[in-house]
Amino acid sequence: MSVALDSKLGTAWKKPPFISSRRVRIGFLIVALLYLFLATLGTKGLANWLAVFGIVEEGFKFGRIDRFFSGIDVNWSRIERGLARGMQFIEGFMNPDFTSRLDDIKQGMYESVVMTVASTVVGIGISIPIALGAARNIAPLPVYLFCRFVITVSRALNELIVAIILVAILGFGPLAGFITLSFATIGFLAKLLAEEIEDMNKVQAEAVQSTGASWLQRINFGVQPQVMPRLIGLSMYRLDINFRESAVLGLVGAGGIGATLNTAFDRYEFGTVAAILLIIIATVMVLEYLSGIIRARIK
Amino acid sequence: MPSIEKNGLKVWQVRDQKAQLTRWGMWFALVVAFVWSWQAISDNTLWALMGNVGEVTVDIAGRAVPPRWSYMDKLWKPIWDTLNIATLGTVISLFIAVPVAFMAARNTTPSRVFVRPIALLIIVSSRSVNSLIWALLFVSIVGPGVFAGLLAISIRSIGFCAKLLYEAIEEIDENQVEAITATGAKRWQIMVYGIVPQIMPAFAGIAVFRWDINIRESTVLGLVGAGGIGLQLSSSLNTIAWPQVSLILLVILVAVVISEWVSAKVRGAII
Amino acid sequence: MLQLNGLTKVYNTGDKALSDVTLSIPKGQVVALIGPSGAGKSTLIRCVNRLVEPTSGSAVLDDVNITTLGSGRLRKMRRRMGMIFQEYALVERLTVMENVLSGRLGYVGFWRSFLRKFPQSDVDEAYRLLDRVGLLAMADKRADELSGGQRQRVGICRALIQDPSLLLVDEPTASLDPKTSRQIMRLICELCEERGLAAIINIHDVALAQMFVERVIGLETGKVVFDGGPTELTPEVLTQIYGEEDWEATIEKVEDEDEEAKA
Repeated sequence: MSVALDSKLGTAWKKPPFISSRRVRIGFLIVALLYLFLATLGTKGLANWLAVFGIVEEGFKFGRIDRFFSGIDVNWSRIERGLARGMQFIEGFMNPDFTSRLDDIKQGMYESVVMTVASTVVGIGISIPIALGAARNIAPLPVYLFCRFVITVSRALNELIVAIILVAILGFGPLAGFITLSFATIGFLAKLLAEEIEDMNKVQAEAVQSTGASWLQRINFGVQPQVMPRLIGLSMYRLDINFRESAVLGLVGAGGIGATLNTAFDRYEFGTVAAILLIIIATVMVLEYLSGIIRARIK
Repeated sequence: MPSIEKNGLKVWQVRDQKAQLTRWGMWFALVVAFVWSWQAISDNTLWALMGNVGEVTVDIAGRAVPPRWSYMDKLWKPIWDTLNIATLGTVISLFIAVPVAFMAARNTTPSRVFVRPIALLIIVSSRSVNSLIWALLFVSIVGPGVFAGLLAISIRSIGFCAKLLYEAIEEIDENQVEAITATGAKRWQIMVYGIVPQIMPAFAGIAVFRWDINIRESTVLGLVGAGGIGLQLSSSLNTIAWPQVSLILLVILVAVVISEWVSAKVRGAII
Repeated sequence: MLQLNGLTKVYNTGDKALSDVTLSIPKGQVVALIGPSGAGKSTLIRCVNRLVEPTSGSAVLDDVNITTLGSGRLRKMRRRMGMIFQEYALVERLTVMENVLSGRLGYVGFWRSFLRKFPQSDVDEAYRLLDRVGLLAMADKRADELSGGQRQRVGICRALIQDPSLLLVDEPTASLDPKTSRQIMRLICELCEERGLAAIINIHDVALAQMFVERVIGLETGKVVFDGGPTELTPEVLTQIYGEEDWEATIEKVEDEDEEAKA
């Protein structure tokens, strides 16, 4: 029996903690708990608890910050009234109403589909050159920086915010939605495609280069075959996302089924709401199924 | 290699004729779909009004700059609310997503016939509906405010997190589970010792990833009255207060950049 | 002590992995189970602790028929059968100590194990075992930081801390280099002798098996085709188990090594 063992026998064993410093660990815990308190119950809730432990007096106020950290207001009487509406919504799902707003739904779906297809095609068309430019292994530095900048801007701006600005400039209608979705597609597709190009097998591209091929020929023979399956898969996925997004752009006036949905919500026509949501869900599922088949076939 | 006879000569081709035709057919269909779509958009656009797009843009940009910095005083509280919607929403959704994921994963579900389809249904319906639409719904049920936004983000995130998590559960190393089973451990002990340690990195990654997305989404929930900075954006837009709009957009941009940076850092630290 | 009677396993696919295996292993005997891949070695030991449900037949350990136990009693029975795996099957993201202590899961309640509050006697035993296999200093390292041989030692500790009367060992050396393989086999056999444990060791390295065990069972397409001492493994027997091949080299090599060991 070794000395090391002797010293350990009889001593308690504890799992080594994730954060080794005890101070940091406790500090982290306190900050997290304090945040949870302030975010949910606010300073008022915190004061109540401190009062329970006798640290402060009953009815203690923190002063100005009480208004800031107000916690989450839950208006129970409003919810009680709203629950009836929730039930109506569930009933609407049991009994969706496809017929009474059929024309609106048709028009909305038509616009959504049109926006989705057009924006996906245009978005992919622009994404490919940008992806090539944003791949460090084939693009020169200035081009790389510019393309990365375009991608970052596109990813940072929420679709809805872009749509709002475009609606303000271009007026209501699907054109604003189309441009919004095309722009959003670039951030998504170009980024993932660029990463794919950066990860690809260098030897194949080098082999093509060694034959004396030009830059375009290199892309065509060395890069394209490697990233093509991924490009098609991502495009299908983006088609799916664009359709889902087109369903909300209507909320800010950028065309599509979202406008019809918004109107139905405003009129509390939950039967129609349910019908539209079911159509959206069904379309998304069909698209997912199709893209699954296509992705499986090209692999 | 396929080749065809042409004037008595063999001509090499990459694909045989049938495959070539299918390819052209698919490209043709794509072009037709695009032209048709573009036509439809064009028909619904008043091109006559587009003549002064440049002027309008310059006009709006002129009004929006400089941002009204003093409005910042009124934005701190909505920023705090937005952060809370995203963070609490992620936490709540994780609490629900974990059991749903265990019920949906083929190797941990209590019943493949009864429980698994229900779990998958929860995931699909949560995922297919955009958080803004969930927000519309909850605003009409619980009234406008942070609470509606919190519910919308939580419900929307369940499907996302549960899907990624159940895929991670299905990919675990079964040998480790088998080894724990062989010690005579009970069902829950097998879960805690054999499965949970294996999915911990995936879980943390998913949580941070979704939190990042939720920050972005909660900035616009206010547009439908579900709390956060979007409320200020909405009211500024309604009163055509462009200097305020530009300030809010700037704030959102900064918030998104920070959240992306934080999530990248945290993910880097975990994995 | 362990008695298998007509143990048969037919998989859902219709593959017959085991057919009518009958054998008995007395207390403290270490048995090597040899045979080509797919002969049913893994299935056999998994049918004993019912990680795989046998189709028919029975496995009886100390007069308890394991095959008919309900899930609660089966868990109690599994505690008495320690298992060691081919790819170590440690929970990689847990520490060495947690992996060893996980062998006690069948003895402690859920919350104790969840909070890692194992009884002091278990902790002491874990330290003793780790010391015995030379890994005491590694106790708080994460399992995925260890080398293959070290991981297998932890796997051995996990099986032994169950306080079993039988060890089920599935290809313990398949993922290890030749030197470590021998060390691990020696360690397993020594520990079995120290503690008077019976063991069934699946192994495809015939030479290694002959070196360490007192009894060899040959399995071929789910049937027992050989049962005897290591010296009785003649080329004819090996041909019967594995098929035609030049076996002289394999067997001679073993004898050489034995000479070395004696010298």
